[in-house]
Amino acid sequence: MKDTFVIETQALSKVYHPGTQAEVVALNAVDLKIAKGEFIAIMGASGSGKSTLMNLIGCLDKPSSGRYLCDGVDVSTLDREELAKLRLQKLGFIFQGFNLLTRMDALHNVMMPLGYANTPIAERESLAQKALDAVGLSGRSTHLPGELSGGQQQRVAIARAIINNPPIILADEPTGALDSRTGEEILDLFKRLKNDGHTMVLITHDAKVAEHADRICVMRDGKLFESEKTV
Amino acid sequence: MTFNDTFRTAVFALRGNWVRSALTSLGVIIGIAAVIVMVSVGQGTQSEINKLVSGLGSNRLDISSGAGNQGGIRTGAGSQWTLTDEDGAAIRAQIPEVQYVAAGIRGGSQLVYAENNWSTSWQGVQPDFFDINNWKIAQGENLQAQDYSSAAKSIVIGETVRLNLFGDQDAIGQSIRLGKVPFKVVGVLAPKGQGGFGQDQDDVVMIPLDTARRRLSGSTSRPPGAVQQIAIGVTRAEDLAYVQEEVEVLMRERHKIAPGADDDFSVRNIAEIVATRTAATKVMSYLLGAVAGISLLVGGIGIMNIMLVSVTERIREIGLRMAVGAGPGDIQRQFLAEAMLISFGGGAIGTAIGVLGALAVSKFSQDLPVQLDWQVVALAVVCSVSTGLFFGFYPARKASQLDPIEALRHQG
Repeated sequence: MKDTFVIETQALSKVYHPGTQAEVVALNAVDLKIAKGEFIAIMGASGSGKSTLMNLIGCLDKPSSGRYLCDGVDVSTLDREELAKLRLQKLGFIFQGFNLLTRMDALHNVMMPLGYANTPIAERESLAQKALDAVGLSGRSTHLPGELSGGQQQRVAIARAIINNPPIILADEPTGALDSRTGEEILDLFKRLKNDGHTMVLITHDAKVAEHADRICVMRDGKLFESEKTV
Repeated sequence: MTFNDTFRTAVFALRGNWVRSALTSLGVIIGIAAVIVMVSVGQGTQSEINKLVSGLGSNRLDISSGAGNQGGIRTGAGSQWTLTDEDGAAIRAQIPEVQYVAAGIRGGSQLVYAENNWSTSWQGVQPDFFDINNWKIAQGENLQAQDYSSAAKSIVIGETVRLNLFGDQDAIGQSIRLGKVPFKVVGVLAPKGQGGFGQDQDDVVMIPLDTARRRLSGSTSRPPGAVQQIAIGVTRAEDLAYVQEEVEVLMRERHKIAPGADDDFSVRNIAEIVATRTAATKVMSYLLGAVAGISLLVGGIGIMNIMLVSVTERIREIGLRMAVGAGPGDIQRQFLAEAMLISFGGGAIGTAIGVLGALAVSKFSQDLPVQLDWQVVALAVVCSVSTGLFFGFYPARKASQLDPIEALRHQG
């Protein structure tokens, strides 16, 4: 049954500055299993450890102890180069601040990860155009980020996240910089991506946003609790 | 990431800040141009010296009669008549490595043609003299065997002498007076220009040795067959030191000099004299090279400086690229490619300017010889690439070692 989980953590812990006065246990023995195609929200106040958990799930950081299997790969044994490769293949990131490269148009922003995946240059534009079509930005491919609204910029970022067709999409407060109506549109887009077979992990502090997910977990003082949906 | 991707990304990043990129590469442009001009001038001087060496004859030895010692007062070399043309003949007969031998005497006198006169030095020579000294005949012909054997009053004159006596007129066949003796001009030497020590090599005339002995040399106390110097040409330059020893042994034997006693002759090796001068110009070349190298170093530091600024400015971009799957190696290669593009681009422009500069120096300056060859250009290209590699490495490494979490969170 193990293979059906794209994210599986076992007693995952992260301690900053261990053994010093400033020791902080950011993550305390977290066991989390996320099945393929799930749409899960991880909630928590700031300082609860949800950012730490996201960094670990996103293969940006390594745990102090415990195990993390990302789509079946044990992350703890990998070096920086191998972690980068894993992010390339398994993960798409969506950030609160969009993180688009301001000097590149939408199409080239979306194409950017393809260079690291060594996708043949001839195929890149059509792949990027398809990703833009999927997020509803067909006509905006030559616009620079500065010429797009916040919602449109986030759509470009989403297109960039799905361009390598990763099994996991990790969104860190994706609606935090958007008004509520635009935020709703983005969350609807997430549901569509979920229906396309992507596993969506949504990190947020906002209960209303979390409501859109199928399953909600709450971080509190470095521990993870399952939460019933309050429909 | 493929090389093509890395290259395109680097070009894109540099174009975004093209004024800064251009100013940074200016350091390399100046450095490389300086390297090319300086090294070309240095090499030009070097090759000028080499030309002089072969003009003097790099494989020649000169024997002059020893310095005299009359009652404790030492007189100049050649003032004693200890050498004879027999010595020359013996050297030719007994040392097979010797190709040319020419014994000679010399003096100075006034030359007169019509209403013109000119003071010059004359040389009484044997036939090999012209080969040893690399003299060529420009007009007329050389002294013939007949001239030597009959002590004919034939004379070959240098270009400076011809110019001063004849100007635009034809010199061949004319009669000139050397001292009180009339000579017939048979040939004019091809000009050699200034010698290695600044003297005018073309201000000279040559006559057969026997003619000089009988007609010109006023000295009566001279033993028969005596000469002032013997010039020797060696077939192969490698044998020079060996032949020098052989000549010294043979001469000591012929002059019956006891072991330990002073020689009454001295053998000089012109290559040695020239070597000293060559060493001096080498030092100059190194100094020029060092100046150029320092300006390249300054250019390199400029690249490092700008690359460090660029890495700091783009921390968020680096974090993002890492998040979407760029490994440390990808990031390092990208920034290294930017540094190398700056330095290689600067190197290419600098090479063009340097080559033009070197050509301009050779065109407008008579005193600075310039020699430009492809090795200098290759050196410049290698210099520019390695400058980018060396000074770009640290900033690129710094970028690659950023923590993606910190980088993404970076404000600014």
